[in-house]
Amino acid sequence: MVSGSGLLAVMVMLPFIGALVPGLMIRAGRDACAMFTAVPTLLALIFLGILAPEIMAGGTVTAKIEWLPALGLNANFFLDGLGLLFAGMILGMGLLITLYARFYLSGEDPMGQFYTYLLLFQGAMLGISVSDNILLLLVFWELTSLSSFLLIGYWKHLPEGRQGARMALTVTGAGGLAMIAGMLILGNIVGSYDLSVILQHGDEIRASEYYLPALILILLGAFTKSAQFPFHFWLPHAMAAPTPVSAYLHSATMVKAGVFLMARMWPVLAGTDEWFYIVSTVGLITMVIGALIALFKDDLKALLAFSTVSHLGLLTMLLGLGTKLAAVVAVFHIINHLTFKAALFMSAGIVDHETHTRDIKRLGGLASLMPATALIAVVAALSMAGIPPLNGFMSKEMMLEEVAHTDWWGGKWPIIILATVGALFSVAYSFRFIGHTFFGPVRDDYPHHPHDPPTGMLLAPGFLAVLVVAIGLAPSLIAGPIVAAASTAVIGGGELPYYSLKLWHGVNPALFMSIAAVLGGAVLLWLHRPLDKAWIRTPRPEAKAMFDRVVAGTVLGTRWLIEGTHNGAISRYLSIFVVATVLLGFAAFQGGGLPEQTREMLPVPPLVGVGFVLTMLATLATVFAHRNRFRTLILVSVVGLMVSAGFVYLSAPDLAMTQISVDTVTVMLMLLALHFLPKYTPLESPLSMRIRDGVIAVIAGAAVAALAYSFLLTDMSPISDYHLANSYKGGGGTNVVNVILVDFRGYDTYGEIVVLGIAGLTLYALMEALLNGPASRRLRNWTFPPDRSRDRHPLMMVVATRVMMPIAALVGVYIFLRGHNMPGGGFVAGLVISIALLMQYMASGFAWTQERKRFEYHAMIGWGVIIAGLTGAGAWLAGAPFLTSAFGYFTIPPFEEFELATAMLFDLGVFLTVLGAVMLMLYSLSRMARYAGETVNLEPMDYDPSRRVDAAIEADKKDDA
Amino acid sequence: MIVTYALIFAFACFGFGLLSTMWRMLVGPTQADRILALDTMVINFIALIVLYGISQGTALYFEASMLIAMVGFVSTVALCRFVLRGDIIE
Repeated sequence: MVSGSGLLAVMVMLPFIGALVPGLMIRAGRDACAMFTAVPTLLALIFLGILAPEIMAGGTVTAKIEWLPALGLNANFFLDGLGLLFAGMILGMGLLITLYARFYLSGEDPMGQFYTYLLLFQGAMLGISVSDNILLLLVFWELTSLSSFLLIGYWKHLPEGRQGARMALTVTGAGGLAMIAGMLILGNIVGSYDLSVILQHGDEIRASEYYLPALILILLGAFTKSAQFPFHFWLPHAMAAPTPVSAYLHSATMVKAGVFLMARMWPVLAGTDEWFYIVSTVGLITMVIGALIALFKDDLKALLAFSTVSHLGLLTMLLGLGTKLAAVVAVFHIINHLTFKAALFMSAGIVDHETHTRDIKRLGGLASLMPATALIAVVAALSMAGIPPLNGFMSKEMMLEEVAHTDWWGGKWPIIILATVGALFSVAYSFRFIGHTFFGPVRDDYPHHPHDPPTGMLLAPGFLAVLVVAIGLAPSLIAGPIVAAASTAVIGGGELPYYSLKLWHGVNPALFMSIAAVLGGAVLLWLHRPLDKAWIRTPRPEAKAMFDRVVAGTVLGTRWLIEGTHNGAISRYLSIFVVATVLLGFAAFQGGGLPEQTREMLPVPPLVGVGFVLTMLATLATVFAHRNRFRTLILVSVVGLMVSAGFVYLSAPDLAMTQISVDTVTVMLMLLALHFLPKYTPLESPLSMRIRDGVIAVIAGAAVAALAYSFLLTDMSPISDYHLANSYKGGGGTNVVNVILVDFRGYDTYGEIVVLGIAGLTLYALMEALLNGPASRRLRNWTFPPDRSRDRHPLMMVVATRVMMPIAALVGVYIFLRGHNMPGGGFVAGLVISIALLMQYMASGFAWTQERKRFEYHAMIGWGVIIAGLTGAGAWLAGAPFLTSAFGYFTIPPFEEFELATAMLFDLGVFLTVLGAVMLMLYSLSRMARYAGETVNLEPMDYDPSRRVDAAIEADKKDDA
Repeated sequence: MIVTYALIFAFACFGFGLLSTMWRMLVGPTQADRILALDTMVINFIALIVLYGISQGTALYFEASMLIAMVGFVSTVALCRFVLRGDIIE
């Protein structure tokens, strides 16, 4: 027997895994596609069935998977009665919808996509219903918003579909954001994000001073999702979706997510005045307004949508009442609403499918033309109206009975009247749905001549209609157990209140209210024509227009903000960033968290003073000379030189080496680029702006200096002590800098070389695009200055660099090999070798050197990253985390004992990547010159003296002969 | 003992040298002057590293100075080629 927790976890995963299939299976045909959508759903349903007996017996099933325990985010699932009810609804409806959609979607619709979205949504919904972690629940919550966005906008060619999808995403997404905040507060109060823990701490939560903000934020999420007033407007616009989506998302599952959440949180949040007044009031208003609007909608689906809004309001109100009995009624009505409303949506879809219209004013008399559809729709609509002996009657009676003895805003009557009015409207629109669609005279102007659809399409709504009748006739038998299990979960365990699911409760207030509603509804329908005219004349706020105005206003505002701050000028970004940083830093300094200054200033030897003076002079000179780009380069080199002098003085000779090498390579790359760039920067900004920028720069510089000063004068216990202590022990090297690079912070280094490689390849790609683009025309018309020196490849330089090459290579290898224990390492070594190669390029020219190159630089970058990555991954084989290094000491007789460390292999990767990237950048930049018409040189030098000797020998030979 | 004085004297000389080359760097007047100033500065710097190594009694700095000597002149060459030919890699 498989453990319950395993089954539960797999059940949640199934739809997500299954979602991959239909998108691909569509090539195998539409039936296969639908089949492969049904299989994971059916499997999940079977798993649920296996788990069900245990839940029904009052137990729960949990599955715990640690995900990010540090954040309190775990993939914990638990299944109780409420979860079971929702999971069953989601999966069961999923199956019916899959079947229905197979026949509903036309040949032109991409069915694979549809089923993939559907399964994604199903998985997200299932996740909500069984999440034990509220953070995980939030993830699934957002996933339902996203997948419903895809489903509503499924017909991408319809503007209403796209706009409706966007509206739904905006409203539910915004509510979801509020809910995240609310859940975080909740988790903070309890100290755990696990729902099962939170549910134990109801008193603590209700007593907390943060209860009200948390409640409001969470309710915002629930109200937006469940389309409660005043957020109800998105649901009718979401009706632009294909009907299977409307039936699944907008009647059965997604819109119930808000109700589910309120039910889930009922034990901890309900029972206070705040809860009672907010939730019941919003629910009641929604119920009445939704029903009223539904009465005057001509579009079948819009009518059903507002009816759904109204019924969701009813559920919300019931949960809001806060009594246990009301919660039981809510659970029962959730089931009933699912059955009749989904059947109605599907029937409306069939009518639309067959007559090509959903406008009630163009319909009528369909009962004789499509009898099967009519039968299903009439049964379901009567249940919606609350007519005995159908299931809708029972839950409505129980609701009215609950309402009849509730005090609301200081009296019984307001709520009794409002609830009766809501029920009355409900009866009226249900009767209208039946009467104006299926009865009345048969017309001869249907856009398409209607008849009953294929059986496959009728199966799903038919099954639901049978349920409507069956639950109505034998409620305790069919719905009793699950209602009991789910209600127990909603009220947080304990004894269920007394209730009985039956049709006849005797003569009680609810019966009178019900009779009043039915009679009033019939009268309203009779008066519908004049009422409709009056309704059309009455001015009403138009939600879509208001929403569009709000969106347009927001767009305008954000555009103003973005274009004000991100206008494309880097000087503005930098000034905003720097000013903000300085201000924040200043605020932090005021905070008084500054440690005491405990250290003495060190003396400044005169020579160090000279270094300071030089650095400052060079920096100042750079500021004044920066329009002359070449001079700036020289001055920056001076600064670089002084920085490396500082490194030497502060006992970091290898940093000094690296600094010098990087400087050299940078200067060369800059010079290559500068050749084709203007040599002077024009004066573009007015004096005032330069003064402003100058002030910002000086303040920022002073701030950094102050920060450095204050920290250098305090005794900290920095991480370097740890590095020093563990460098040899843990990393096997005595050069702490290198051990940090390849071991302690190896992940950083790995990321950095990847970035470096990407930069090299990007430069190559950009240059390729540039040289094949319009810029190459300008390059081809390049004229070289006539006063160029004619010393192109001077003999002396060629010889010197040739001699230097092997020495430099040897030095490179040497500092690479010893890098782990002494100053050096792969990074410097790569730079040294690339400088040595660069010298050859400079001395003998591009073509000559390129001919002698054996390796592609691209490949070198790739190999470098691969070697480093594989070395890091090798640690996994030893069961250690990525990039854990191993080392050992070996002796091979003629040599002294030496050390081998995996860090060296990693360093080799660094070396290759650095070398490859630098050389590739140089190669890319120097290609420009060839496009500008520079001739290439195949000889190593301008003037080869050996030729003269050869020629003389030849001449001598000739003479001898 | 004598080494200490010699070191102080040498440090002073090279420090003065650095200041002088910086002066040349600032006033120019030609680009060649500035390049030469930079090159001289690198040489002075190398000398200072060696002296510092001597004063600290370690060979580590010697290697650093060698390496800097090896790559330090390359940027001078590149700058010169830029002035003379425009393109540093032809």
